[in-house]
Amino acid sequence: MALLEMIVNGRTHEIDADPERELLYVLRDAIGLTGSKYGCGEGQCGACSVLVDGKHRFSCVTPVGEVAGKEVTTVEGLEQNGRLHPLQQAFLEEDAFQCGYCTPGMLMSALALLRTNANPSTDEIVSSMENNICRCGTYPRIVAAIQRAARTQAEG
Amino acid sequence: MKMAEKDNHPITTRMTEHASERRTTTEIAPAAEIEPKTTPAAEIEPKTTTAPERYELDDGPAYRFSMNRRRFMKVFGGGIAVVCATGGAAVLARSDGLLDAAAESAATDEIGAWLHIGEDGAVTVYTGKVEVGQNIRTSLAQAVAEELRVPIDSIEMVMGDTDLTPYDRGTFGSRTTPEMSPQLRKAAAAAREMLLDLAADEWETERAGLVLADGEVSDRSGARTLTFGELTRGQKLVQTIPADVPLTPAGAWKVAGTSASKVHGRAFVTGEHQYASDLALPDMLIGKVLRPPAYGATLRSLDTTAAEAMPGVVVVQDGEFVGVAAPDAPTAARAIEAIRAQWRTTPQPSHDELYDYLKANTSDEQGWGGRSADAEGDIDQGLAAAQTTLAERYTVAYIAHAPMEPRAALVEWKDGKLTAWTGTQRPFGVREELAETFSIPEDQVRVIMPDTGSAYGGKHTGEAAIEAARLASAARKPVKLVWTREEEFKWAYFRPAGVIEINSGIDAEGKITGWAFDNYNSGGSGIHTPYDVPNQRIAFHPAASPLRQGSYRALASTANHFARETHMDELAHAASMDPLAFRLTNLRDDRMHAVLEAAASAFGWDETEPESGHGFGIAAGTEKGGYVATCAEVAVDPGNGIVRVIRVVEAFECGAIINPNHLKSQVEGSVVQGLGGALFETIEFADGEISNPSFAQYRVPRFSDTPSIEVVLVNRKDLPSAGAGEAPIIGIAPAIGNAIFDATGVRLRSLPMAPNGIQT
Repeated sequence: MALLEMIVNGRTHEIDADPERELLYVLRDAIGLTGSKYGCGEGQCGACSVLVDGKHRFSCVTPVGEVAGKEVTTVEGLEQNGRLHPLQQAFLEEDAFQCGYCTPGMLMSALALLRTNANPSTDEIVSSMENNICRCGTYPRIVAAIQRAARTQAEG
Repeated sequence: MKMAEKDNHPITTRMTEHASERRTTTEIAPAAEIEPKTTPAAEIEPKTTTAPERYELDDGPAYRFSMNRRRFMKVFGGGIAVVCATGGAAVLARSDGLLDAAAESAATDEIGAWLHIGEDGAVTVYTGKVEVGQNIRTSLAQAVAEELRVPIDSIEMVMGDTDLTPYDRGTFGSRTTPEMSPQLRKAAAAAREMLLDLAADEWETERAGLVLADGEVSDRSGARTLTFGELTRGQKLVQTIPADVPLTPAGAWKVAGTSASKVHGRAFVTGEHQYASDLALPDMLIGKVLRPPAYGATLRSLDTTAAEAMPGVVVVQDGEFVGVAAPDAPTAARAIEAIRAQWRTTPQPSHDELYDYLKANTSDEQGWGGRSADAEGDIDQGLAAAQTTLAERYTVAYIAHAPMEPRAALVEWKDGKLTAWTGTQRPFGVREELAETFSIPEDQVRVIMPDTGSAYGGKHTGEAAIEAARLASAARKPVKLVWTREEEFKWAYFRPAGVIEINSGIDAEGKITGWAFDNYNSGGSGIHTPYDVPNQRIAFHPAASPLRQGSYRALASTANHFARETHMDELAHAASMDPLAFRLTNLRDDRMHAVLEAAASAFGWDETEPESGHGFGIAAGTEKGGYVATCAEVAVDPGNGIVRVIRVVEAFECGAIINPNHLKSQVEGSVVQGLGGALFETIEFADGEISNPSFAQYRVPRFSDTPSIEVVLVNRKDLPSAGAGEAPIIGIAPAIGNAIFDATGVRLRSLPMAPNGIQT
């Protein structure tokens, strides 16, 4: 066990954890942020997606020791001052979910994409989101939601 | 107060003292009157199967309901309540008062739902149905909002809580929309009429001059208004649904029939929404189970010493069940690893020999409603009269539901009562399982179903809750247990594998003269042909399944439609006819005809030709009261044979549409999910061990697999609404297969059709 400091959604947390412990369980069990989901435990489904220093990470295969001193953003950090992020708003407007379990991971993967590519083509969205699974099959709606969010952000 | 509660006083009598003349004469109706059995939809359904559908792995004893009116009001507070009662409960209500009588006589599952309007005007709907992503929380709220003339967001839906909601067999079989939705509409309409009566009483005026809208009743001049809360304050009224309660016809819907957004949608995009696996209790432990290496393995020896020595770890061995509860998940995992177990395994069939095994091992013992056989005309004569005959065999593999949230439960024993929060389509079924497992009365078990991370027919059972409860009873602390993805792949149940043999014949005009259809193991759903065939013999043969199998979205209808619609395509080619024209030649069902025309027209079936390397395919069918036609365009890579589905047009008709956008979403999702089973999903196994238990090994559809999907919704406002979570999945596999044939001339008769591309 080791004392680790990390910033989650802008707040500093000091965690007493095994550095090998996966970030997902630290977020969910130690910090109580259950928005990031377990889906496979091997970085194959994307339900656990978060950003670490702005970059996409599968938190289920990321040892928490690797994020010490870094900034972690989870789905709970998207909303600012009661205002939904354009991606969240777009997912609502496109009804881009059914059971909603994959949604937090979809949002975080989409956020990582839009940070590096503000106006992605459909093919770019598809290849960038390929590691996120939606078993309900709402992929067309998620693509539409990401495009809608990109438009909203472009309009400022 | 005029309508004070009088306990032990028959409800119907109580109502006659005060209610209008119209209401006093409307006694509670028997089921047949409330829910007409003969609908236009039912009349043109294909022949009924003699094999009843089975959705559960285990049939339990009949449920006994008990909640008397005193307790009802204690739980729900004052105000007014409408109980959806059917059949015997209504008869009892005439003599003794519905709820008291139900408590005494246990006329149980005849209460379907109830609706309560509190003294603050809050509208709460209680139903045993559950939300698994099909968006019934939204569609049911829409139905109630429509009849109560209130906004959707003013309605709270309490779903799938065995202490709060009436008994429900489970959320499966696309029954919510055709059964629960009309009940709730009637309950809401009855509540609306009660509110109007209360206002008329209050103002001592005629009801006819009153208007109910936006949560209040006003007189026509608008001079006087009373909110729902003002009307219900101090009331303790419980009523069943009058037979002639006036319902708003689909043509006049303002809230139902619209694309309302998902109720509580915001909580899903903020991460706030909590699934079973997100819940926690103070002091809870994390549970984990020691899994055997294969199906049917039994313990030869067990040494738990090292695990028991770990601080805070509780180890349980009870028969073949071995599990641990630990303060956190890593400790639980280490404790399981520290257990030394030796298992005895037995040789079992592997996937290589599966289809021959199923045919050779038919069994009356195995479930799915048992063996069935139906015949019409004379099959031998029908085949003898044919100009061309065709005999082919089709197979379907076991596939996994792979819901994104695996099985999960949080369980607490407190004061002798067991409470389980768990993701299941059958909260009352899981309560029964828990009561049986621990030999306790069902009223000492409460199962609460938070919305679960999808199910598709795969969460009818309560494994995680049972395991957590066993560990919690030993640890004397709450236990949370979440299956791993590997456990979900290995120890849940699968869509049945099956073998289907079709022997058919057509005459010179392309009319089918004979049709023999034998299904081994996969099931009886959708087994009857919707085409017009004078001579037919249709049989289902249950078999001894090597793997644990159960319900899956649309059950065997996907397998039966794959075989039938592939065979129809083969017959069309044998007759040198266009596949659409061949189907229409053999079809008398107007609703299926309509969706075929709609899909073909939107797809451009008659007007366009596939480019080189591409192919077009069409398929159609009917299931659960819905009618579907699917057109697909595929491209086959000439180099590696990889199949890509380029575009899909699917027409769907399920009566009057309650939420067009959510219906469209169900159709799109069915196409995507069905594409996986069509092309590449399959469970591999040998000797009772699953060898591809991960998303890295078991391929599910991803973004790049998704074709362009156009959904054509046929809205039949003149027909009752049918459920839509299942039927839209049945057409995609044969449409893709037929398109592959069109592209390559290769006929594929086994699902999955092209896990590694096809050899041309």
